Amino acid sequence: MPEVLIDNVHKSFGAVEVLKGVSLSVNRGDVFALIGRSGSGKSTLLRCINGLEKINSGRIEVAGHAVGRDPKELRKLRTDVGIVFQSYNLFPHLTVGENIMLAPRIVKLVSKAEAKTTAEEVLGMVGLSEKFDAYPDQLSGGQQQRVAIARSLAMRPKVMLFDEVTSALDPELTEEVLNVLETLARNGMTMLLVTHEMGFARRVATTTIFMHHGKIWEEGPSVELFGRPKTPELQQFIKSDVK
Amino acid sequence: MTLRTFGFSEFGFLLSALQWTILLTVIALSGGGFIGFIIALARTSTRKAVRVAAATYIQIIQGIPVLMILFLSYYGLSLAGFQMPPLVAAGISMTIYASGYLAEIWRGSIQAVAKQQWEASESLAMTRAQQYRYVILPQALRIALPSTVGFAVQVVKNTSITSIIGFVELARAGQLINNATFQPFRVFLAVAALYFVVCYPLSQLSRLLERRLHAGSAY
Repeated sequence: MPEVLIDNVHKSFGAVEVLKGVSLSVNRGDVFALIGRSGSGKSTLLRCINGLEKINSGRIEVAGHAVGRDPKELRKLRTDVGIVFQSYNLFPHLTVGENIMLAPRIVKLVSKAEAKTTAEEVLGMVGLSEKFDAYPDQLSGGQQQRVAIARSLAMRPKVMLFDEVTSALDPELTEEVLNVLETLARNGMTMLLVTHEMGFARRVATTTIFMHHGKIWEEGPSVELFGRPKTPELQQFIKSDVK
Repeated sequence: MTLRTFGFSEFGFLLSALQWTILLTVIALSGGGFIGFIIALARTSTRKAVRVAAATYIQIIQGIPVLMILFLSYYGLSLAGFQMPPLVAAGISMTIYASGYLAEIWRGSIQAVAKQQWEASESLAMTRAQQYRYVILPQALRIALPSTVGFAVQVVKNTSITSIIGFVELARAGQLINNATFQPFRVFLAVAALYFVVCYPLSQLSRLLERRLHAGSAY
């Protein structure tokens, strides 16, 4: 039973069909990189997986939960699926520690002491232990993004989704965030990431998916896909990235 | 008959009337705040019917003069058999008036919180109530504070309209004393000064809050 199952998913925004029958299956511990031009549907696909976007037809199952419309079921699913966004989206009125402890406390109802222990642990994983009492606006973009990752990890998710998490960062800060992702991947986290970092996808992702015009255009083990791209579209895409 | 002059006891009468102005303001802001808060939440509901109902309420209240609300609750209801003292009619009218404006101010503040804050909290499996309570409203409150305090200044001044149904607040007290002393400049300057003494600090507070909000803005 795959950890993430996507079966013939269609999704439209108004008259524009952005996903035209996408199917894929991700096993536990897999790291999937989704690449493609903007507008190819990769971010939308990611957002469908935790129900932020509603699909028009098809089926998505994550960690044993079917993605539907029932709010209660969706909340159950979301305790098992973390997502990190391009724009960090930390809660600006709360400290780093409070940002991380909030959902475990009120959603999973863990004790204050336990929430604190977990928060310190995940903050250590992203290398920001000393920022527990800082506010988000006192941190750099890279640090904010690492806190956002820690905030998701504190829910003990089975699957993590990353939506262009380094796109707003300069190269140096990108590096520190990618390092965190790589550590997570190596520790066996099931991950799907939409990214423009081709080198990272090639090195860390077990599988890379190239999306084009709302379809999975090419899919395969990352080394193979980048080494011997079959379709002219992917060849073109990889070539344009090298420049 | 000799005319009285505007002296200490007359000024004392204005001061006691000022207390009624302040009481009426407090009633309007707390009652209007309570109703306005519910309307603001309804205005940002996920259900369209609820949103439309709340929007209609706001439009109606903002679209009619306070005076009409006042006449309706004082004369209208007394015709219908509910005879009520001016303070109650004035309290109800100002509450309704304030609720329509506070609802709109707060609706704007809630919607001013970035959409991504909803997405992030939703993705952490929070219920909608939890999203409001822990993520959206604390941020909306900061945004709402300057304009809410600014609106309080309007309420203080607009309570003077209740003098029309005979409620003796500051403006009405001024009229009464002027009728007895016929010293309009002294009397109404004193009345105006008292309004100013209440409103000016509030205006300053509103400006201070606005500056502080912009200074510490990460969003």
